[in-house]
This record gives sequence, C-alpha cells and structure tokens, in this order.
Amino acid sequence: MAKIKGDIVINTERCKGCEVCLAACPFTVIAMSKEVNSKGYHFAMKVNGECTGCTNCALVCPDGVITVYRAKVTTE
Amino acid sequence: MIMEDTFAKTEIHKPENIVYKKTDLMVDRPLSYCPGCGHGTAHRMLMEVIEEMNIQDKTIGVSPVGCSVLAYDFLNIDMLGAAHGRAPALATAIKRMWPNHFVFTYQGDGDLAAIGTAETIHACNRGENITIIFINNGIYGMTGGQMAPTTLPGMRSSTSPYGRDVATMGHPLKITELVAHLPGVYYVTRQAVHTPNHVRKTKKALRKAFELQKENKGLSFIEIVSNCNSGWKMTPVQSNKWMEDNMFPFYQLGDIKVDGKLVEKKEIAGKE
Repeated sequence: MAKIKGDIVINTERCKGCEVCLAACPFTVIAMSKEVNSKGYHFAMKVNGECTGCTNCALVCPDGVITVYRAKVTTE
Repeated sequence: MIMEDTFAKTEIHKPENIVYKKTDLMVDRPLSYCPGCGHGTAHRMLMEVIEEMNIQDKTIGVSPVGCSVLAYDFLNIDMLGAAHGRAPALATAIKRMWPNHFVFTYQGDGDLAAIGTAETIHACNRGENITIIFINNGIYGMTGGQMAPTTLPGMRSSTSPYGRDVATMGHPLKITELVAHLPGVYYVTRQAVHTPNHVRKTKKALRKAFELQKENKGLSFIEIVSNCNSGWKMTPVQSNKWMEDNMFPFYQLGDIKVDGKLVEKKEIAGKE
C-alpha cells in the first residue's frame, strides 16, 4: 500500500524559537527543544514520525529555516 | 521511532523529494527581525513570486525607513533606499526611467501612512505602474513601539500608555481604503501572513500585482497586516492571536479593489 510520508529538516542555528510553526502544524510533529542554539534560543525540533509534508510549518516560519521533504513510500 | 527516523533519512532525504525550501533569492544570512515577525515571511513570499516569474534581473525594489530598512541585505535583487516616506516618489522615477522593469516599494505603516502620506497618495493618484507593499502593524516598531497613525483606538503604545484616545489623538488612518477610491489605482487588497492559509493568499496577491505591472494596468497596493510582538509586548503566538481578535475587525482582510472596480462591502471577507 502506498503512503505519503513527509519529513522536515530544521536549521536549528537559524531558528529564533518564535513557536509560530507549532501552532501551524496539524499533527503536533514539532516541539521546542530544552537545549539552546548558539544565540540562546530554544529551537524547534521534530519529535515524532507523523509528518505528512504539508509545508504549513515552513510557510509560516518567518526565518525560513524549515526544509520539507515528501515522498510516496510503499509499505506492506 | 528510531527505526522510522533512520528510514526517513535514507528514503525521503533526496533532492527530488524536496517540496519546500527557502528560496535561493533570499540571501543566506540571518534576518535582523525579531523572532516571529511577519517581515521575514513577507520577504520570502515576495522573493518566491519573483523566482516563479523569473524576473530577478528585472526587478528593482525600494526599501523604506523602519525595521525593513535593511531589506536590501536579505533580498537578492537590485534595491534602493529611499528617504523616510519617499519610496513611492523614488519608485515613480525608476519606473519612468525603465518602464520594462518591475518596481516595488516595501514600506511600513510609519513610513507609508505618516511621513509618506503625500507621496503615497500622489503616486496612487497619478496611477504609476508600480507595486506598493504596505506592512501594517499599528505601531512604530523600530524606534520602540510609539503610536503610529494606524494604531487602534484604545491600543497601548509607548507614547499612548493609557491607550489611544481618539478625542485628542485622532482616529486610525485606513490609508488602504483611502487610496482604493483613487482612479489610478487598479488593484487593492489586504492580507496577512500569520497562518499558512493567509500566507498562500498573500503570495497569490503578490503574484497578481506583478502580473498587472507587466500588463501596465496601473498601481497595485497590497497591505499586509502583521504583528509586532516586541512593540506590543507579547510573545509571537500571543501577538498573532491579539492581531486576529483586535486588528482584523478594524482592518478587514480581503480584496478592496479588483480590476479597477471597488469590491462591494458585503463581499469583503471579515474576521477569518
């Protein structure tokens, strides 16, 4: 059975921790990290595999740090 | 979950599977804006439209005075910096010198609706074939959150700490509705960039504005209602909520003038 799977890659050094992407994600794939990046911001990170690659988070990210991948994968 | 992640990295992380990435027309350097500011999204949508239309070498932007004064550091196109509020005048000159180039101004509300009111209204009245992008956050963001002409009644700012009192400070200026009544203006719309849906609509509006410029139809004016979480003293998510609850009932989103004709009031989309 074919299934759409997505994934996001976050440039954590450029993330400013505004949390706008958290509100935009329909599957709560993103959460804020406990660690901070070199500028002292808690950055966004992917926490589960529910991502469908809908690009919502990447569209609202003011700094454009999110790259979205989407692929059709075949599962048994 | 660990197995799934390994699978995702090997199977999905291929260049042909990328569905969204930051456009290459944005210079690869950190934006100077506050976390959560709508300027970044507006910049990116603008550059995506320019990338889609393949007009990078034919576009000239005019940056204002305000937070986005450094827009030329981030947008990889030809840019000029105008004196405070004078961006439409400068854009007029550029467009008349190079009529086949795409010219836009990118201005905030302190720049466009306060010191630049005369330039804005006269450029609109002349019907110059340019695009004006107006970012309205109801406050002077760069200088420390002072009251702007677009500040809402009762809204607190650093120079109206008890809220804007319309008896002494006047009413907020809806300059977008004002210019929509001028015959030289062809397309007027008001959008936002705080949710994915609104971002997509904003991109469509920007695309339409540049297409109209190609057809020499006249001036297109796009207002983007945005947040200023630093100036409003809120977190980015709170400020987006506050904007939906307070800004949108006054600054109603939607098209105001399409194809040179005013849109009927009932058709304007209200609070979404």
